[in-house]
Amino acid sequence: MRDDVVARIPGGDTGAIVAVLLVIYAAYVLAGVGLGFSLRGQLNTVATLTFFIGVFAMLSLALNLHWGYTGLFNIGIVGFMAVGIYVMALVSKPLYEAGGASQVGGLGLPIVVGMLAGMAAAALLGLVVALPALRLRADYLAIVTIAMSEIVRFSFLSGDFQQFQLFGERVGFGGGSGLILDYTDPIEAFFSVVGLWDAYLGVVDAFGVLIPTNPKPIVDGLVYGALLLGFVAAYFWLLKRTGESPFGRVLKAIREDEDVANSLGKNTNRFKIKAFMLGCALMGLAGVLWFMRSGAVTPNTFRPRITFFIWIALIIGGAGSNTGSVLGGAVFAALLYQGPRTLKNLIDAVLPSTNAPSGFGPAVAPLFSTLDPAPLLFYTLDSVRQLQLVFMGLVLIWLMHNRPEGMLGHRKETAAGIPLTAQRAQKRQAADGGGGDDE
Amino acid sequence: MSDAAESGGLTLGSGGPGIDEEYPLQAEGLRKAFGGITAVEDASFRVERGSVTGLIGPNGAGKSTTFNLITGMLDPDAGTVTFDGEDITGLEPHAIANRGLVRTFQIARELQDMTVLENMMLAPKGQRGESLWRSVTPGVRREVIDQESELLERVWEVLEFFDIDHLAEEYAGNLSGGQRKLLELSRALLTDPDVLLLDEPFAGVNPSLEKRLLEHIHELREQGYTFLLVEHDMDLIMENCGRVIVLHQGQILTEGAPAEIQANEEVIEAYLGGNV
Amino acid sequence: MGIAETYTRGRQAAVARPGSIILGLVVAVLLFDLGVGLATGDNSFSGVGSLMWDGLMRGLVIGLAGIGLSMTYSILNFANFAHGDYITAGAFSGWATTYVVAGLGRADIGALFLVGASGSVFGGTLGIGVTGTPLAVVAGALVAGGFTVALAVVIDRTVFKPIRDESGITLLITSIGVAFALRYIMQFVFSSSVRGTTAQPPSVSLYFVDGVVRINAHDIALVVVAGGLMLGVHLLLQLTTLGKAMRAMADNEDLAQITGIPTERVVRAVWIIGGGLTGVAGYMFVLWKGTLGFNDGWLLLLLIFAAVILGGIGSVYGAIVGGLAIGLTASMSVIWIPSAFSRAAAFFVMIVILLVKPEGIFSGRSTA
Ligand SMILES: Nc1ncnc2c1ncn2[C@@H]1O[C@H](COP(=O)(O)OP(=O)(O)OP(=O)(O)O)[C@@H](O)[C@H]1O
Ligand SMILES: [Mg+2]
Repeated sequence: MRDDVVARIPGGDTGAIVAVLLVIYAAYVLAGVGLGFSLRGQLNTVATLTFFIGVFAMLSLALNLHWGYTGLFNIGIVGFMAVGIYVMALVSKPLYEAGGASQVGGLGLPIVVGMLAGMAAAALLGLVVALPALRLRADYLAIVTIAMSEIVRFSFLSGDFQQFQLFGERVGFGGGSGLILDYTDPIEAFFSVVGLWDAYLGVVDAFGVLIPTNPKPIVDGLVYGALLLGFVAAYFWLLKRTGESPFGRVLKAIREDEDVANSLGKNTNRFKIKAFMLGCALMGLAGVLWFMRSGAVTPNTFRPRITFFIWIALIIGGAGSNTGSVLGGAVFAALLYQGPRTLKNLIDAVLPSTNAPSGFGPAVAPLFSTLDPAPLLFYTLDSVRQLQLVFMGLVLIWLMHNRPEGMLGHRKETAAGIPLTAQRAQKRQAADGGGGDDE
Repeated sequence: MSDAAESGGLTLGSGGPGIDEEYPLQAEGLRKAFGGITAVEDASFRVERGSVTGLIGPNGAGKSTTFNLITGMLDPDAGTVTFDGEDITGLEPHAIANRGLVRTFQIARELQDMTVLENMMLAPKGQRGESLWRSVTPGVRREVIDQESELLERVWEVLEFFDIDHLAEEYAGNLSGGQRKLLELSRALLTDPDVLLLDEPFAGVNPSLEKRLLEHIHELREQGYTFLLVEHDMDLIMENCGRVIVLHQGQILTEGAPAEIQANEEVIEAYLGGNV
Repeated sequence: MGIAETYTRGRQAAVARPGSIILGLVVAVLLFDLGVGLATGDNSFSGVGSLMWDGLMRGLVIGLAGIGLSMTYSILNFANFAHGDYITAGAFSGWATTYVVAGLGRADIGALFLVGASGSVFGGTLGIGVTGTPLAVVAGALVAGGFTVALAVVIDRTVFKPIRDESGITLLITSIGVAFALRYIMQFVFSSSVRGTTAQPPSVSLYFVDGVVRINAHDIALVVVAGGLMLGVHLLLQLTTLGKAMRAMADNEDLAQITGIPTERVVRAVWIIGGGLTGVAGYMFVLWKGTLGFNDGWLLLLLIFAAVILGGIGSVYGAIVGGLAIGLTASMSVIWIPSAFSRAAAFFVMIVILLVKPEGIFSGRSTA
């Protein structure tokens, strides 16, 4: 049924994605109007929203390769992301300078090299996990991958990797206090490489007409968001090709029944390892893109809850479908991730400003003593970041009960390099009268 | 040393290189136990090239287990499997399948969430697009696409032959039991096997189609394909098989031409005993 | 032929067992290193003894909490990722009770109910402990068990029962949703602060070769409670028809259904027993370590999975033995590796076990 909804949108899959994005943006802009945002505020909202749509879409596409296509139950996603950004930082941070802001340096290589190294490291970690673990049952693989992601976090937390020597340079991961990402801003690096940095600064100046004071962060945010959407498109293209090929067909067969694929002569372990490593590399890259402009990273950012977010995004969209993955990422980012925070801002704007109580106790006490629900309400609003996790948990339960196949319904993309039915239609026409005995 | 005794008991000649040509598939002293149950014990037999050989026996005799041992789905506790003169014992199933020894499953294992066409397209060997980089790299992908078109034509031919072309776009999970069996058989044929092991391929298939399938099997046999067939329908076995191997409680009871088997007291006993 | 066969077997053994061989070597090297350390005085016997005692205590908690996880894993066929948060829920319910009983009249009732959220009241100030406030502790442990039973049964009814026939993976994903919902509700109510819950318990110093190993009253309480409950479970499984039914179901649910074992009743019994043990384990864990935070159960969960897999899913005795092994690993690993990696070491042991002997040391189901 939902299938038809998508089918009716002009432009097919791409059309569906664009339509959903438009609706989301319109809703946010309307909310911004409700909040009385200035243009600056509006553009900021759009940039932030785009950023999260971008990262969640990328990550759920990568997870779809693992779970949707190959049936590999990876719940250690955040570990691959962490390895991606940390290795990228190690490679691209400037060399150590005594007295500098950063306790440790990096290898001082270009950012692109760092990104590739991050991807490679994530893929390698994937290989290390995959070689022994891919033979395991899905639930065991789940436990192994999540344990792995926690081991990664502990490793970056530990003092032993805080600082060490590599190629004679003083480098490190900074331990629990975090790692300052003091390389050139990636946007500047990107435009400098293509020789357009001055042109970019010119555009920023021109933007000054719309936003008189300090337009650069806004433009940066918008451009970075657009860049991320470009990456989403690239992920989509790559994974669509991967899926619509004999390679993808074998992955699908492995998901359905590995023994069958094996007994038809497919070396299933090889396929699984390749698919797993590719997905891990993409997760590593997504980790880089998510955090590389954040100024600093700390290991405790990379808790399993990020993995949980990505799983919800994929399940919303429907495992097995690339279009669904992108839609799931977008819907998750807009409704479940950014939505509650925006809603809080909206309500805050309407309600009189008061200090929220500091804890649940002071929040409910007035409810009992004077029947005053306001403190509890304020406390609830103030705790939106925790409560949204509760809400996500409930959404996940609801989805598993009611729509385990995702919002697009039972929708699987055909695993072949060519449309499988078109030729047949031609043949039918050619055969013409002969086809009558078919029905 | 022990196999000499077995071979004597089974009236199999000692295998020489000349005989390998004639007998592509040979099993020697296969044994497999699950916990306390010995499912297959000291099974030695061989299958003649270009024959349809029957493998029969009462329920639980160890026929499917024998298939699993031959095709690498299970590792035997003892014994060897030789295919085209090479020891294939303990190889991975895909390695064995790629050598041309392909099996179907007793309980049809269709790939449920894939369409019949996808199921079929999976099977052919040597697909260039099974390499990831070829499938995604612009330019090179052209080759993959071209090969896909060729495969698709073959797939349609096979589908039409088996009379399941009207189901081409159906999810395999929606097929009836008999249709699944056909799908399995046609999928296995698409791998271009030399020897096909069919585990009860006709269960649930309607009689007229069964007849057509058997005709086709004989056609293929004449072209040099070899079949090892597990089947409970005695008449079918007796009419279609050149030789019959009888398994009973994991052991080879006897082996011979259909007429000999039908007359064999032990076989009758085994079947009757099995039913009590 | 004979030689070829021997060769094949040898090759297969080498392929199948390199893990076990390497594992054996690693353990030997570690023990040798420990021996050298003890001989040269780099490690003291009493230091190692203290770590071992610590590991045993941790192991008892893991084993006790693991029994419930193992039972649901084998009988309902899914890995329950909410189990860790059942532990936390048990701990909070029990400790709220303990605070209220111990501190009634001495502190604000709201603060007591919220287990002293954000420093409003301290367990140490209230003098909480098995010797100081025995009644409060017993009441707390009972409530922890009872509350967790209720929680587990209610969640089973509303969340797991409607999808009982789905695959284990569907249930697993759903349980992750339950885990997050529970954990952050608890954070919402009880705040994210980690609070001290007990006063310093009295302890004795046992002389051990070259120093002392300290054992305190809460260690003893943990040993008594965990040991008693484990014995109870053993008797239950061996002597009652319920135990037989549970074993039958762990072996084969369909068969159990055919033979007329009322599976839904068994399922409820499993949640009740498992939930009770889990809640008490959460309570005793907090009593023993003296702190309580909303992440406690989740952090313990992966260790519990490690224990359950190590012991063999479905095996109650396996969960206990696996718990002790994992507890000892986590605590004693600091002899060889930096303490930041002690948890990683336990996970690593689990991963190795999954690879070498995925069916666990007690080979699972039939031992129930
Ligand atoms: N994986 C397994 N684990 C335990 N026992 C098994 C397993 N596979 C087969 N068996 C047992 O081995 C014996 C032989 O089984 P097998 O399936 O090979 O028989 P079969 O001849 O194919 O029977 P049928 O005609 O019913 O298909 C049976 O007793 C069966 O229960
Ligand atoms: Mg069989």
